[in-house]
Amino acid sequence: MLPAQTLEEIKRDELVRRVQDLRRRKYRLVAISATRLAEDLELTYSFDLESALLSLRLNLSLDQARVPSISSVYWCAFLYENEIHDLFGLEVDDMQVDFHGKLYQTAVKFPFGARKTPPEQPKKAPASSTESQVQANRGVVVGSEDVSMPAPAH
Amino acid sequence: MDLIVEDEKVLEARPSIGFVHRGLEKLVEKKDYIEFVYIAERICGICSFIHGQTYCQAIEEMMSVPVPPRAHYLRTIWGELSRIHSHLLWLGLMADAVGFESLFMHSWRVREQVLDIIEATTGGRVIFGSCKVGGVRRDINAEAMRSLLKELEKISEAAGEITRVFLRDNSVKKRLCGIGILSKEDAYDLGCVGPTLRASGVAQDMRQLGYAAFKELDIEPITRTEGDSFARCAVRCEEIFQSIGLIRQAAAKMPEGEIAVKVAGTPKGEIIMRTEQPRGEVVYCLKANGSKNLQRFRVRTPTFANLPALVKLLQGCELADVPVLVLTIDPCISCTER
Repeated sequence: MLPAQTLEEIKRDELVRRVQDLRRRKYRLVAISATRLAEDLELTYSFDLESALLSLRLNLSLDQARVPSISSVYWCAFLYENEIHDLFGLEVDDMQVDFHGKLYQTAVKFPFGARKTPPEQPKKAPASSTESQVQANRGVVVGSEDVSMPAPAH
Repeated sequence: MDLIVEDEKVLEARPSIGFVHRGLEKLVEKKDYIEFVYIAERICGICSFIHGQTYCQAIEEMMSVPVPPRAHYLRTIWGELSRIHSHLLWLGLMADAVGFESLFMHSWRVREQVLDIIEATTGGRVIFGSCKVGGVRRDINAEAMRSLLKELEKISEAAGEITRVFLRDNSVKKRLCGIGILSKEDAYDLGCVGPTLRASGVAQDMRQLGYAAFKELDIEPITRTEGDSFARCAVRCEEIFQSIGLIRQAAAKMPEGEIAVKVAGTPKGEIIMRTEQPRGEVVYCLKANGSKNLQRFRVRTPTFANLPALVKLLQGCELADVPVLVLTIDPCISCTER
């Protein structure tokens, strides 16, 4: 049902060169996405030409989560890069417009950065009625109690 | 937007967002893939249905779920009703921005008729709650469809009166014509989508990908070449009637049959799903690892894509034109920040 979608794995050093090549071939930047894996940060740069989607996939180890900006090639990329920096803690060098971590107001810095894969839903033992009431009253919480989060910055 | 101004000229514009960031993407860790459609629908109140539809389509594609044809048509009809009410809402806001209060009220009065149809067919005015993984929750029977088409006739007439004012009134044209010109090359290079892109002459509409029932319907992107605020307004005016036509086509071609299939198992793999919201292309990037919670849920909304163009448009403009320019990309803050 979907039109063609191609995925290419690339290395960090190839990123800007490949993006420049796509720009020359008149590709449109669609989105830049990030996913936190167990040990890596996975970046996907998606481009479109006449409804065909081409994605460049880049895997970075968490202790080397740094990429060059592509905003010198696609100026509009600055918004995606700032967002990924604020949510995942990715360092992006030479952004054309740099919000210095202030694009999103979050209580927790890099809210996606500290998490690894989604946790298994814990098997719940039968609870007492008091405990059930406390659980029922608790709303949805961003982040989880089983990962130590840095204290919110003031 | 934060603006740096000198006298009546805007020197620089900086997006100032993040106040409505709700961390919805992170909720995949809490909600399983079936109930997550309720979160997807609540990303935005205006384009709620198409968010839910895009999410369901992405999961269905990943799990190869055979959605019944009738469900595809119902999704198309509700999606186009969503587009009509969104464009009427925008027209009202644009009228308000140029100081034409009575036109604002009339636009929203006609929008109320669209919301009444949506409420009658789904039970909700804003959050429809009618899309689910595997199909839809409600059907529109023959009698309800006849009533819907009859109401649509009245809406078409009323919308005609309103759009004639937008397109012909001198006071409206004076505020829109020649304001915020975005060339075809700039619109494409800056990553614009939707009516903002089509008003600059680029014939791109994600409905041409053929999702839902669109592969069975006749659809041509509506474009203009001027690239100014008037062109963006005109494209939205014409799309109202295009959507009315698409609903009539869908109603005529919709087959009988089931409206949903049972979905078993868990998704595994990754997918990028694109659909056309009222504001433009929305991109859903989903990644699943076989558990009942998705590993990643990432949404790139059309307003997010159009923001860089707005930053460029505002540079050097007159302060009095700022409300019009901001509105012409049809910004949706809830969508942008999620």
